[in-house]
Amino acid sequence: MTAGAVSLNLILVVGLLLLIAVRGLGHFWPADIVEYHYKDRDVAESLIVGEPVATALLPAAQARAAGHELLNNGEYLEQHLVKTGNRDILGSDFRWIQQQYIHGQATPADLIMIERREWGNFYGRLLAVKEDGVVIAQGEQAWQVAQDKLVKVLAQHDEIDGLQDHDVGAINYELERLRLKQRGLELKNQWNDTTRQEFAAQKQTYEKQYQVLQQQIGKLSKESKRYSLVVSESGQKEITIPVNRVVKLIRPNTMSLIDKCLEYVHNFITFISDDPREANTEGGIFPAIFGTVLMVLLMAVVVTPFGVIAAVYLREYAKQGFITRVIRIAVNNLAGVPSIVYGVFGLGFFVYIIGGNIDRLFFPEAAPAPVFGTPGLLWASLTLALMTLPVVIVATEEGLSRIPKSIREGSLALGATKAETLWRTVLPMASPAIMTGLILAVARAAGEVAPLMLVGVVKLAPTLPMDGNFPYLHLDRKFMHLGFHIYDVGFQSPNVEAARPLVYATSLLLVMVIIGLNMFAISIRNNLREKYRALEN
Amino acid sequence: MTTAQKIRHAIDINALNRPRPEPSAIETCIKVEDLDLFYGQKQALYKVNMEMPRKKVTAYIGPSGCGKSTLLRCINRMNDLVDGVSIKGKILLDGDDIYDKSVNVAALRRRVGMVFQKPNPFPKTIYENVAYGLRIQGINDRRILDEVVEKSLRGAALWDEMKDRLNDNALGMSGGQQQRLVIARAIAIEPEVILLDEPASALDPISTLKIEELINELKEKYTIVIVTHNMQQAARVSDYTAFMYMGELIEFGETSELFTNPAKKQTEDYITGRYG
Repeated sequence: MTAGAVSLNLILVVGLLLLIAVRGLGHFWPADIVEYHYKDRDVAESLIVGEPVATALLPAAQARAAGHELLNNGEYLEQHLVKTGNRDILGSDFRWIQQQYIHGQATPADLIMIERREWGNFYGRLLAVKEDGVVIAQGEQAWQVAQDKLVKVLAQHDEIDGLQDHDVGAINYELERLRLKQRGLELKNQWNDTTRQEFAAQKQTYEKQYQVLQQQIGKLSKESKRYSLVVSESGQKEITIPVNRVVKLIRPNTMSLIDKCLEYVHNFITFISDDPREANTEGGIFPAIFGTVLMVLLMAVVVTPFGVIAAVYLREYAKQGFITRVIRIAVNNLAGVPSIVYGVFGLGFFVYIIGGNIDRLFFPEAAPAPVFGTPGLLWASLTLALMTLPVVIVATEEGLSRIPKSIREGSLALGATKAETLWRTVLPMASPAIMTGLILAVARAAGEVAPLMLVGVVKLAPTLPMDGNFPYLHLDRKFMHLGFHIYDVGFQSPNVEAARPLVYATSLLLVMVIIGLNMFAISIRNNLREKYRALEN
Repeated sequence: MTTAQKIRHAIDINALNRPRPEPSAIETCIKVEDLDLFYGQKQALYKVNMEMPRKKVTAYIGPSGCGKSTLLRCINRMNDLVDGVSIKGKILLDGDDIYDKSVNVAALRRRVGMVFQKPNPFPKTIYENVAYGLRIQGINDRRILDEVVEKSLRGAALWDEMKDRLNDNALGMSGGQQQRLVIARAIAIEPEVILLDEPASALDPISTLKIEELINELKEKYTIVIVTHNMQQAARVSDYTAFMYMGELIEFGETSELFTNPAKKQTEDYITGRYG
């Protein structure tokens, strides 16, 4: 009976992970591009080019009710969902087609897929490559030339991105700091001619640097705009795509299995290391992974000392009686408070009261723009730390109560005070239990979304909460989170079909991040356990 | 800790190597005066009076629950840790009342070391176990620690067995070795008095013998008080013996006298095995 329950649980967990993995990981596979000859009842024969995504069988009665005609009077109407891409031309990325109207299908080798920076994927054929508007290659040769140019342009694009994010970003950051400093001096009535000159000189230096960078960027971007691809889509319409708008160019129908595997790995790495594009429906999810991990680590750093100190006080110092009983009950009940309530509390207490006062006292120059008086990483971590505090307290108390009296007496008999005994002997021996509390806290915090929506998570954060500008860790910044990303991509996205596999893939990543964080904590705990093993018997 | 203090401490350690002045045979180290002890409402010790001589072994014997461990734990104020304990009367260590308000309990316990019934080494290395008491006092100088660890382990007859295993976990040692390690840990901080609470009751006969030999050596330097269930042990190791019964000190005297010629009937009954 119990074994059955355990195995049922195991099957459910594994099944869930498998479902998420299969649905999510399939997204990265470079599928063949199929060319369908399609003739609808009242439309002339046309070509449809795209990746088949799914097949559905619609019962005949339902199909008729929906206004479809069944040519062969079968029981079902077979429909295929095809990712046709070319959103700029066709208006949408996906299309349902009916098997009964397909007159033939093929996978010609020359079909290409272009992943673009805007408008999603393009499917069609490559006709020519142009340099400065002049055709330099055509036909089969064009494919080789296009590949070469793409590599070059991608490198330039990376360089531009680097300059813009890193160097220009740093200058903007310094200029903003200068502005705040000036405002601060003005508020203190110390803004005079000397400081004015000083600031003007500094500003000029930065602006000069900015000009130089701007020129560099302009040159690179002009260089990268020289090449363009002439392509034809399924309707035989010719269009021109500048190479610097292209992320990837492949011919999946000619790729071998090994090529496809390599492409798959590449796609997956891009997904976990890139910034999102196109309202989060394309590109990667790196900022969300980074934000989740950083927030959880900060939470762990905050919750551990607080939880341990509270537990030590309750167990070792407080006089056991009515009041400690009430406190314990309160702590246990805190663990049952719905997380959104913590979110509301965090917003009201941390963000508005504490953050607002910090702004008033320390950042008057930034007003009316808030610095800490607005949701951000620090407040999100603190809110989650508060939410997970009971778990750490209870686990630590449990651990403290299991340290044998003889060990404490041994230490006290050597002339140690109570505090020294705690610090040198009892707490190290209770550390595996503290880690257990932390593992539970991390498991709960990493998957939490509801409170974060109120205290710091956003759909798209322009910068990471950690970068090369002093003070490197920006606790006041808003950040992205995998859990919220899933909600946003899955339910707030205009492009539902495109977003669906991303929801699964992001879910898988979230689960992996949580498992990773837990494994990390568990390995630390096991090390500690090993160290204090003999205590168990 | 300042350098000056460290040097002074190092000098203190060297001072141990010098022969100590010969104490007069009956010099009192610990004096118990009219000691009453209550666990809540229940009285556990009744008007105990006793004078324990310096650098001798005093054994407490008596049936279970007679208060001998309780009395022992009064000497380094271990009973303070028990809820609801109240004490009347005095215990004088070198003439000073240890229950005086001005006494620093941690400092007192540095002068009165204790070894418990079950070996209780810390889950640390052998070295760190012995160095624990010194580290508490803020002594972290590796040379001083090395010296003290070696001297203490030699003092507890463990050095030859353990000198190559100093960085092993103490919990990997046998019970007898652990108990001697705990004694080494206690003597590392150079107490005046060592309290032993049934130190051999959890050990096999060979380990017990080693502990007893050790006690014989230790009394050269330390005043020792031992609680034991085992009357042969008390007869073997102690110079003075106290027989306690139901919280009262029935008889206290030189061991040879008490075992061969007890003054009280109760004592005689107990040591001849008629009850207890």
